[in-house]
Amino acid sequence: MSAAQWRRAMNGGLRHAAGSSGQPPVRVQASAVASGAAAVDPYADSDAPRWLKFLWRTLSARHVLTFGLALVFPFVATPFFTFQVAAQALVLGLIALSLTFLGGYGGIVSLAQMSVAGMAGYALAILGASSTPISLDWPWWLAVIFAVLIATVCATVIGWLSVRTEGIYTIMITLAFGVAFYYLALQNYTLFNGFQGFQKVYPPHVLGVNWRDPLPFYFLSLFWAMAGYFAVKWIVRTPFGVALQGVRDNPRRMAALGFNVVAHRVAAYAVAGFMAAIGGVLMVWYNGLITPGSVNTGWQINILVIAVLGGMRHPIGAFLGAIIFVLLQTFAIDLIDRERFNLVIGVVFLAIVLFSPDGLLGLWAKLRRRFGSDPSVTSPSHRQ
Amino acid sequence: MKWGTRAWAWLLIGGPITLFSLWAIVDNPRLYFITLLNGLTLASLYFIVASGFTLVFGLMRNVNLAHGSLYLLGGYVGFFVAEKTGWWVLALAAGFLAAALAGLLLQTLILRHMQGQDLRQTMVTIGLSIVVADLLLWAFTAQVHQMDAPEWLQGPIRNIPLIKAYSAYRLSLLAAGIIIGVFLWWLLARTTVGAMIRAGVDDRQMLAASGVNVNLVFAVTFMLGAGLAGLGGVIGAVELSMVPGEDTRLLLASLIVVIVGGMGSVVGAALGAVILGLAETYGLAYAPTYSVVFTFVILILVLAFRPRGILGKPA
Amino acid sequence: MKMTKRIWIHSVVGAATAAALTSVAWAQGAPVKIGVLATLEGPFAAGGADGMRGAELAIRQRGGVVAGRKIEMVRASSNANPDVAVNAVRKLVEQDKVDLVVGPLSGGEGIAVKDYSKTQPNMTFINGGSGAQATTLQNPSPNFFRFNTEGAQWMVGLGKAAVDKGYKRVMVIAEDYAFPYSQVQGFMSEFCRLGGKVPVKAWVPLGGKDYSSVIARIPKDVDALLVVLGGADAVNFLNQYEAAGGDKPMMGGSITVSQDVLNYRGKRRDSLVGTISAGPYADSFDGADWKAFVADYQKNYPVSAGGYPSPSLFALVYYTNMKAALDALEQVKGDLSGGQAKYREALSKLELKMPTGTVKLDSNRQAIGTTFVTEVVKDSKGDLTTRVLRKVDNVDQMLGMKREEFQMGSRDVPACP
Repeated sequence: MSAAQWRRAMNGGLRHAAGSSGQPPVRVQASAVASGAAAVDPYADSDAPRWLKFLWRTLSARHVLTFGLALVFPFVATPFFTFQVAAQALVLGLIALSLTFLGGYGGIVSLAQMSVAGMAGYALAILGASSTPISLDWPWWLAVIFAVLIATVCATVIGWLSVRTEGIYTIMITLAFGVAFYYLALQNYTLFNGFQGFQKVYPPHVLGVNWRDPLPFYFLSLFWAMAGYFAVKWIVRTPFGVALQGVRDNPRRMAALGFNVVAHRVAAYAVAGFMAAIGGVLMVWYNGLITPGSVNTGWQINILVIAVLGGMRHPIGAFLGAIIFVLLQTFAIDLIDRERFNLVIGVVFLAIVLFSPDGLLGLWAKLRRRFGSDPSVTSPSHRQ
Repeated sequence: MKWGTRAWAWLLIGGPITLFSLWAIVDNPRLYFITLLNGLTLASLYFIVASGFTLVFGLMRNVNLAHGSLYLLGGYVGFFVAEKTGWWVLALAAGFLAAALAGLLLQTLILRHMQGQDLRQTMVTIGLSIVVADLLLWAFTAQVHQMDAPEWLQGPIRNIPLIKAYSAYRLSLLAAGIIIGVFLWWLLARTTVGAMIRAGVDDRQMLAASGVNVNLVFAVTFMLGAGLAGLGGVIGAVELSMVPGEDTRLLLASLIVVIVGGMGSVVGAALGAVILGLAETYGLAYAPTYSVVFTFVILILVLAFRPRGILGKPA
Repeated sequence: MKMTKRIWIHSVVGAATAAALTSVAWAQGAPVKIGVLATLEGPFAAGGADGMRGAELAIRQRGGVVAGRKIEMVRASSNANPDVAVNAVRKLVEQDKVDLVVGPLSGGEGIAVKDYSKTQPNMTFINGGSGAQATTLQNPSPNFFRFNTEGAQWMVGLGKAAVDKGYKRVMVIAEDYAFPYSQVQGFMSEFCRLGGKVPVKAWVPLGGKDYSSVIARIPKDVDALLVVLGGADAVNFLNQYEAAGGDKPMMGGSITVSQDVLNYRGKRRDSLVGTISAGPYADSFDGADWKAFVADYQKNYPVSAGGYPSPSLFALVYYTNMKAALDALEQVKGDLSGGQAKYREALSKLELKMPTGTVKLDSNRQAIGTTFVTEVVKDSKGDLTTRVLRKVDNVDQMLGMKREEFQMGSRDVPACP
């Protein structure tokens, strides 16, 4: 069904209902429409181009404020904070965003996102330049493009194999994929260089700038993080995105309506894989190396922790969770006995999951409901 | 499956296995049969731990990813009891009870309130496993804890026809696995308690309506499942030693066993354990580099074509 | 006149203040911050904890003061993953603003930290315990120093001892990563040259627990097994090997018969008595310095407080590197100014007196030191310990071979089936 047909069907129903009884438009059919979609469009009469209207609709004061802060931040913070805390949080947030998209809007909790990111990282290391003889030394732009492509294809394959599973089974099969990839990278020496991995995988010097310096790298990650964020926000309002949320809520009904449930899910995996792949390229550039340890079970679970910490209802949750995670990881060792910081991370995660299943965003929403309401584009919590 | 597809499946899977076995037996029969025994005994350990997991998930739909931590807890407790008293049987009981108690607390305090919320249970138990793993690391340090088998099980059994000598302890593992498997089957299929458990899973409200304390039944089931993990821990402490990190390994193994065999089916768990145990040991013996990848590939193939496992029941 | 005089006084006062301010940095009393990185989590957690104890011991021996400056030890933790190690070191250098870094512990981490050290030319990095050959052989870094000998150097002399014991055919069982490769290379380069044969090499996955298959593959005609496994793996192997009725004598790698394995709480360790091995130390070495070191360790870290009965390999290497750092600091009287150039020169020329002998650095800043060939014995208290069979001095990274002959250890190199 094309976008135009869908819109006609939706609006046709509204017109009929409004025409016949003069009542406000009836909520149409099965798909869980985002709460703001049925509202009146305040810019409907304006002459401005579509994308500008989109920005006016989505951006508000807090968006501008956050963006401003993000721009100014590296100039007031130390290079350490810019690089190791902020840039790392943005990169991890991007990878967790792919999980938030899959889980929050697609109803699929996949533990393989970090592995997809790792696949992109390994592909980049193998195709590009590193200090290991295996690397093919392709020009950086070619290596990046192919790395992202390869990882996205792998993510689609993972999706295709996992698509018929649900709930806990999906978690397990994606976990299995992740662990299998870890052991493959660990044991294979001809392609993956085993335990040693690839060292000295650095971003290129382009336009006279060394992109691994704290400031340029921070802006690079900020750019891609924002791209991911807006991409997710845009996708969930497209017909595909809305149908995906429908598939999440009630796959049987969607199938009865004529939507191809399997195709939607596999496409969701592919989109999430693409985001994770970009995150993976950035991650390998951040670390300057990639080893099997970057894609082990611990990291797969960490990405899940990050996504859940922030809350899967809204894309910003991934970045919130990433910031907290990176702060905890970097500074817990100073506050708590150096050997016990795993305990701290575990307890914080446990507390949040026990008392606020929607993570920090859920806590925030609860507080706001107490002190006044302000609906925004969130993914409505789905039936369990 | 239709007859035709069935025949093809058997051929595709059975064919390469028979060919490989024929080659291996001709090449080095001793290695082949030792590996067979190794695989079956490892499968027994996996079965004991995984049966607890399948009991808890398959019957109660409680996702317990802290199962590996229960294994570790049981192992450490059993180790210290064995050290203090010198009685291995006492250590077994202690490990079982410690894990069962922990499981009871987990079920009544936390999981009972989240009945039906799969994802939330997953998260909570993951968080718990991180916390418990670190607490155990704190209490017992990262040192290797190797438990001794009881004297009557130590050392090899000699003068076996082709193999010449084999570990007595591992053979006893095989026996233990079979005994526990039969016991579980008997419990679920032939006793009133088992009937109540199965009924409770099918229709909780009817069971409650017929006067049975459903919460008690579920708590007892969870205790049994957790206790089995702890028992597995004590047994594994002898064979594989106790180290932080064992919990993740055994959890992954239980997951694979239960998924391949099918959730909620004890026979499925046995089948899955045998497949995993044999795949792992044959992989280690004949192609050590890729043995682990091999086992995960099996898991992925099973899940791709039979999403509920080989003997799995629909939800 | 007045103007010039005023200007002159101002400038003198200004210069004096400036000089005073800059010299405050290294004047008497200003503490020196030393960052210490060890693996406090993950597979080498026990070793990392002992490494920290070794580093701390070197500081305590000086009363916590070097060249009039108080020593502040900043701890950092990693888990044997290179990316975590680099993050930890970056935090030490850029956030905690340490003056020097001692660490890391594991081989892969060492290479990653060495690469990082090249981006921080004004900071000095001294190794902790990492023993990969490539760290100083391939792309060495001008400010990364290693005062401990590495994996291959630790095995020099074992090949000859094996031949002396009559072992002509040996099977190698080792973990599949860089450190065992270098250990095996150190053993085989001597063993093969003296006519020994290694028909089978079994590389087992790191962290694997089930050795039944490897044991089943042991050929009937080998004389001994060279077991290069660490920690829990070695424990499992020994256990399973005896249970399977195995009876071939064993030789151990340097971390196989290290204290944290000889200490494992089980009775099967009796089967280890008589095993030959080689490494940078031996528990019952007679040297006075060694005995003093062991006594000091035991006094500061009694078993009740979590220490081992005798310092482990990790404690020794961390102690060695920290002592080198402090000795050189003493030599330059605590002067870390000028991008630490004087300090690094002192380090390069340092002749370190450590408990097992003297250590000098070669042109790649890699240690040239002593290796001990040892045998496992039971002491009067019933604990397992090692005694010295032979002491080999001045072992350098080329293992006595010419540069053209030398090949870094890998899975297939060297080979003499």
